[in-house]
Amino acid sequence: MIEVSDLTVRFGGVKPLDAMSVTFDTGTCGLIGPNGAGKTTFFNVMSGFVKPAAGRVHAFGDDLLRMPHFRRARWGLRRTFQTEQAIEGLSVLDNVAMIWEHAKHEGRGKRDEDVRGALSFVGLEVDPAAKVGTLGARERRLVEVARAVVGRPRVVLLDEPAAGLSDEETDHLGAVIRAIPEHMDALVVLVDHDMTLVSACCENTAVLDFGKLIAAGPTAAVLRDERVVKAYLGTEEVL
Amino acid sequence: MSLDRPARIHAGVIVALLAFLVLALPSMLSAYWVDVTTSVVIYAVVALGLGLLMGRVGLVSLGQIAILGLGAWVAARLTYATSLPYPIVLLLAGAMSAVLGTLVGLPALRLSGLFLALITLMLAGAITVVLTTTQFPNGGPGFLGHTDSSLGSNAIRRPAVASSDTGYFRYTTLVAVLMFGVVVLHLRSKAGRAWAAIRQSEASALAAGVNITRYKLWALALASFITGIAGGLLAGSVGKLYIVQFPISGNILLLAAVLMGGIYTLWGAVAAGLLIKLLPALLDNWGLPPDLLTILFGVGILQVLITAPEGIAVQLPRDLGRLAGLLSRPFQRNQAAREEAP
Repeated sequence: MIEVSDLTVRFGGVKPLDAMSVTFDTGTCGLIGPNGAGKTTFFNVMSGFVKPAAGRVHAFGDDLLRMPHFRRARWGLRRTFQTEQAIEGLSVLDNVAMIWEHAKHEGRGKRDEDVRGALSFVGLEVDPAAKVGTLGARERRLVEVARAVVGRPRVVLLDEPAAGLSDEETDHLGAVIRAIPEHMDALVVLVDHDMTLVSACCENTAVLDFGKLIAAGPTAAVLRDERVVKAYLGTEEVL
Repeated sequence: MSLDRPARIHAGVIVALLAFLVLALPSMLSAYWVDVTTSVVIYAVVALGLGLLMGRVGLVSLGQIAILGLGAWVAARLTYATSLPYPIVLLLAGAMSAVLGTLVGLPALRLSGLFLALITLMLAGAITVVLTTTQFPNGGPGFLGHTDSSLGSNAIRRPAVASSDTGYFRYTTLVAVLMFGVVVLHLRSKAGRAWAAIRQSEASALAAGVNITRYKLWALALASFITGIAGGLLAGSVGKLYIVQFPISGNILLLAAVLMGGIYTLWGAVAAGLLIKLLPALLDNWGLPPDLLTILFGVGILQVLITAPEGIAVQLPRDLGRLAGLLSRPFQRNQAAREEAP
């Protein structure tokens, strides 16, 4: 469970996050909102790249904001990036192994087993020795997701994982994302603009607009919410 | 560990090359060229250090020649003051350089790119000024160990097993191979993977749990360590050390040579060693002016930037392969035609 209370981020006069309070309970939770709503800023606060002006984030009882950022991975925080960030110069195996090495694990002997487990979990069927730089967009995304689920994750943040994928590829990714909570015993927060993917993966969804939480609850109900529709489509007042 | 076919061929080439270097080459060369080859090997180790920083971690240092000078100073001082075995002298020179190189590199944690390059260049300048004043140890008294009298200044001693020039060349090659081995082991370990993450994106490295400060410092320490060892080898090689062997401009020439050689493969360091030491010797031998080197390096850098950012260590085998393909094409065509003919 992640409890966010009164989280505010200021960049000069702009407030990308404005007293955001939300609870992500279990399973896969959606976080949606128009462009510039503050979704990625929230992820950056979680990762420690952005220091909030106020507010607290507790994850499974631990105060996340008090941990040095590089310690958060060891604690069990994982994330993927909007522009996929698998390491081009390393092999598929090394990409996943390097996350494992900085995570909590049960002795070096289990490394290969865990890494191969993560690769087969995401359904990646490429040569594990292949350099990531030689792979296509779909495979690189899956490598990144494998990096996010290896080594006992507790919270997995996925930032637009389906961007640039075909419908078929998104379906496969959706199935992988849905399986994370059960198989990896982790809480997933999914940011995406693809409402089909969000509906398919998330029981509950929170909506941000201009840094404020405007709705939260069961995904189907949230997507019908009047304020959410207005935030995405604008109001009727035209001229 | 089982190796696939390309890896086995690669390993075979390395072993054959080393066997040739150590067993056959010294007896084929005159004393002068043995000297040149020794310094090629030493500067390949220096280039290895800079290539590690630039190609693997993304740190640009313009202070490596100063650290080389420092390693040479420490080694020289120790050989005059103690009778420690040479490997210990080398290790201490490496360790001292690692300490200082890491201190010098501390700004690297905050700075990057051009600013880091400038800071390291200034510190190289500072080290050079200090070494110009103190001079290198030559068997004199006191902590600095320098005497102006030409009497009583013996050459820096060499390891007992390698007192001849060819013996010392073999010794140097052996130590260089060890240094390359240390770097290869690092690149294949947790540290190498963390460096690869840092080089691509510090944000994603942080998100992956990499302690960026620790791994950058480790890279600086390792690069300085092997550069210090190279300094120790250089001290024994030349016998007498002078500050003119470590000019500030050498740092920039080294950077150019390393870029030309290629920073993403370890062969690039070998190529850089050849460029920075063999090329001037060849120019000299052919009676060409030594300043030509600067022009050649300028043209070489442009060539590399435009046609092969990965350096000649990658470009040369690739282009030679293409050339071989082109040359063999007429033969293949003839053969194909013959096979097609009824």
